[in-house]
Amino acid sequence: MLTDPDIAILLTGILVGCASALLGPFLILRQNAMLSDAISHAIVFGIMLTWLLTGLVSGPVQILGAGLSGVLCVWLIEALTRTGRIKEDAAIGLVFPALFAAGVLMLNVFARNVHIDVHTVLLGEIGFVWLDTVAVAGIEMPNAVLWMGAVFLVNLVFVMLFWKELKLGTFDPTLAAAFGLHPRLLFYGLLLLTSITAVAAFDAVGAILFIAFIIVPPATAYLLTDRLAWMVGLGMLTSVASVFAGYALAVAWDVSISGMMALMTGAFLMAAITFGPRYGLVPRAWRYRADRERNDVRALMVHLHTHESGSDRAEENVSDALITHLNWPEIRAKTVMRRAVNSGLVLHDGGVLELTDQGRDMARTLLEPWRR
Amino acid sequence: MDLLFDHTLRNAALGAALLGVVSGVIGSFALLRRQSLIGDTLSHATLPGICLGFLIAGGRALGPILLGAVVFGVLAGLAVLALVRATRLKTDAALGIALSLFFALGVVLLTYVQGQAGAAQAGLESFLFGQAAAVLTSDLAVLAPIAAVTLGLTALFWKEFKLASFDPVFARTIGLPVTALETLMTLMVAIAVVIGLQMVGVVLMAAMIIAPAAAARQWSRTLEQMVVLAALIGLASGVIGALLSSTGQGFSTGPLIVLVATGITVVSILVAPGRGVLWQVMQRHHERQQIDAEEVLATFRHLIYEHGDPTYPVERGMLNTYHGRGVSRVIEDLTAQGLIAQASHMDSEGDHWVLTPKGLERSGVADA
Repeated sequence: MLTDPDIAILLTGILVGCASALLGPFLILRQNAMLSDAISHAIVFGIMLTWLLTGLVSGPVQILGAGLSGVLCVWLIEALTRTGRIKEDAAIGLVFPALFAAGVLMLNVFARNVHIDVHTVLLGEIGFVWLDTVAVAGIEMPNAVLWMGAVFLVNLVFVMLFWKELKLGTFDPTLAAAFGLHPRLLFYGLLLLTSITAVAAFDAVGAILFIAFIIVPPATAYLLTDRLAWMVGLGMLTSVASVFAGYALAVAWDVSISGMMALMTGAFLMAAITFGPRYGLVPRAWRYRADRERNDVRALMVHLHTHESGSDRAEENVSDALITHLNWPEIRAKTVMRRAVNSGLVLHDGGVLELTDQGRDMARTLLEPWRR
Repeated sequence: MDLLFDHTLRNAALGAALLGVVSGVIGSFALLRRQSLIGDTLSHATLPGICLGFLIAGGRALGPILLGAVVFGVLAGLAVLALVRATRLKTDAALGIALSLFFALGVVLLTYVQGQAGAAQAGLESFLFGQAAAVLTSDLAVLAPIAAVTLGLTALFWKEFKLASFDPVFARTIGLPVTALETLMTLMVAIAVVIGLQMVGVVLMAAMIIAPAAAARQWSRTLEQMVVLAALIGLASGVIGALLSSTGQGFSTGPLIVLVATGITVVSILVAPGRGVLWQVMQRHHERQQIDAEEVLATFRHLIYEHGDPTYPVERGMLNTYHGRGVSRVIEDLTAQGLIAQASHMDSEGDHWVLTPKGLERSGVADA
């Protein structure tokens, strides 16, 4: 069953997405998202070097060996930054292209002998994962599913085991260090797992699309929630949804499957930016409008109450005065009056606006809150 | 001399030279504004533009492809700005999001183009990692004016760019349109990226924005020096990389150019006078030696005053007590400089040293 093309492709995609969504939130919250960019490029160097040294293109040795190149990349960036001669962003932009370039050159020289080529580096070959299978405990399954599944489990165990430490190390590294929780060691562990995940995902989605999987779903989740556990969960959900939607569209339009899956994470991000309940643009605009209308009604109550028993009542407490005295545009004035009348705060009696008991109460509460 | 007259080689070298100069100049400002990684995002983001340009022009016509690339580069830059302004995402996440999503769109379009165009696809592959051999003379006719305009704009807005890079707040205070200037500088990064696409490719162009500028920064003290030097370093890495790639067997040009540029940068960070890491280690060592020498001379002076005798022979054991056993090396140095000389006092009491006339003058005893 696992060797069925559709299932193998979807399962690989889901595992890549979920394994990444476990780590991505911490990178985003630490504002180290671009390190995933550096790592995902640098592993091309590690993959080529591991292959030259051991002849392996998959398996635990290859994944760990190539994964170390991501850590090497981060270490070089930190070493360069520590010299104080260049800033961190420049150091990132200096180190990973060099490693990537070295990897591509090795690819140019030895490409005839290895199954990865320039195309794999950029696009991955998720469409062919079902061809390369292996039997585990009598079950025939794709290599990609096996190793991606293993990496997902490792990530899951790491995050669950060190949940508290990761959380504190992310939000307050100084306090974490004071508690003896070794936030730096943990951070390097996180980056090692990021590299390993990138290597395992390399055959499926290539080096660069991996960045979309590790950054975009957690970023989407970040716009929807303020809780770390929810952020991890929603990130995974976004990934899984993107994998299904991306696969369907890729088949329909006959384009790159991994590219379409990555692109779909962007569609969910756009949706979260626009409609996210708390931080989305539309709900925020909506809330802003509702707040303004509520305040307008309050202003109207106070205005009517102030002039209720005065001699200028006939002049002030009429609908025209809202436009001329309060400087409201006509539409705004009408909306406010309609709201006030509908809520039973005001009676529109002939020309004059009359406060109801409820409206008077509101005005008094606003003007003299201590009387309540 | 055959090298100079080979058309392919000449075109490759000229293209790489253009790329090197422009990315060095533009990169200097990006580096100083700590916007180095925007180059990375913009270069990856040009991929969909390249594919669209290819689709619209119906072939590998450089003009439409470059135009598409610039448009998508700028769109990615705007996307980063919009993400940072309109959402709670930070710059790093915004850069990563724009980079990966635009690239994903490019990958999708690339596979679409390949499905449509069949044989014509070969032209697009060279934009991924660069293929200097693919540069035609007609391409240079497109690239050279773009490069000239970019450099011209830099010269025209030199003062404004300089101020906006070093002190944007002050620039705003005196009424410069800083936002517009920053937008222009980002646009110029996109243009620099586009000039390099054929030679270096979308994936590695980030390095060409950063490396020459970072290398030049180590050797220079003024912006003028830095920009000129960055242009020269960019030019050198471009030409060397392009030539290496043209002579080698099937090497992508981009990686070679980038490795040459990175190599120059690493060497610069290590040995540049004044700022270089190794240079400073040696400088510190030298200063340490001088201080040690001054301290030993001071000991001589004190003992001379104490005994009222300018020829007082100082015993080895006494110097060891004051300065530790490392003093032997200092004594050797001072002897070599002719500031102290060995003196025989009493044979049984070991080595003694006295200040020479030169040493007396140097340690200030002569004045007293």
